[in-house]
Amino acid sequence: MTIGNPMMYVGAVGLIMIGLFTVLSKRNLIKIIIGLTLLDTGVNLLLIAIGYIHNRTAPIITHAHADPSKMVDPIPQALVLTAIVIGLGVTALALALAIRVYGHYKTLDTRKIRELKW
Amino acid sequence: MRAFVSFSILALIAVGLTLSLSHIPFGTDRMQVANYYLNHGVADTGALNLVTAVVLDYRALDTLGEMTVLFIASLGVGIFFSWPKKEGSEEDGKRGLPPASLIVRRGSQFLFPLILLFGGYIFLHGHLTPGGGFQGGAVIASAFLLMFLGNTGYHLRQKPLAVTESLAGITFVIIGLIGLGVSGYFLNNFLPKGSEFTLFSAGVIPILYAAIGLKVGAELSGIAANMFQSRSER
Repeated sequence: MTIGNPMMYVGAVGLIMIGLFTVLSKRNLIKIIIGLTLLDTGVNLLLIAIGYIHNRTAPIITHAHADPSKMVDPIPQALVLTAIVIGLGVTALALALAIRVYGHYKTLDTRKIRELKW
Repeated sequence: MRAFVSFSILALIAVGLTLSLSHIPFGTDRMQVANYYLNHGVADTGALNLVTAVVLDYRALDTLGEMTVLFIASLGVGIFFSWPKKEGSEEDGKRGLPPASLIVRRGSQFLFPLILLFGGYIFLHGHLTPGGGFQGGAVIASAFLLMFLGNTGYHLRQKPLAVTESLAGITFVIIGLIGLGVSGYFLNNFLPKGSEFTLFSAGVIPILYAAIGLKVGAELSGIAANMFQSRSER
């Protein structure tokens, strides 16, 4: 069980990095929103990976003899449940904004949108 | 310049994450308060799904806040789409969109009630199985999304959605207030816990999850309806 253990962290941090790079370097608003969702997924995955404990099961009692001391941490899972919903709301709001921006400027390119430069 | 700044920010964050994660060995037991939840969760709340026990009993107030955030997001989407469009802006060409093939139309109409049923199953069994109001609500919204995608010109009226959403939200708060009145703290689980492994157990948790499921389903369907229907159709 020890082989490739940090791979969970590497994968989650990798997703965070890809998402962050997309947000920072892409110029299309839709691609930036895709980057945001990748970032979101990476953070959720990292939280779940931190809550994992070797040789334990999901924190759900499925039969009368289930042993609560053989379950993983339920708190990161509850937190991620919240984070997924919030992420969905943020994505929907961002997409709605992008649609309005397109309707106003006729482009999704951040370079061509005046008053939006860094 | 831009790429250089991006890469330096990325490198900084990567180093920071690596340094902090190197102190958290993967797969080790670091639980403190969670041990209490695991060992006393069923006795305290009656919910067999201990994540549900945390979300809807120990930290139920946070769930109310989460629902508020989702509500504000859907409100924001509604506001963005209710602005009048500028003259001459593309009234997207979906008017002339041909209807989907017979199989897609009939298939989506056949699946629609089944998906609704499955969503209801998920949120009613949130205290027993890996499910819950948010997941069930998302499944219900996916049924409406399927109808929008499979049937050109499918129309969803906003008023019933808004009524469902408001009633569900009010139910959640009223149950919380009853808990406050009965036992002195907000969202207390005041109903009898019932016997384990049955649908009617865990006190108020199934009621709260049904309210959340309906609210989330109505909100997400409303977002989909906002994105598919132009202002005149609503």
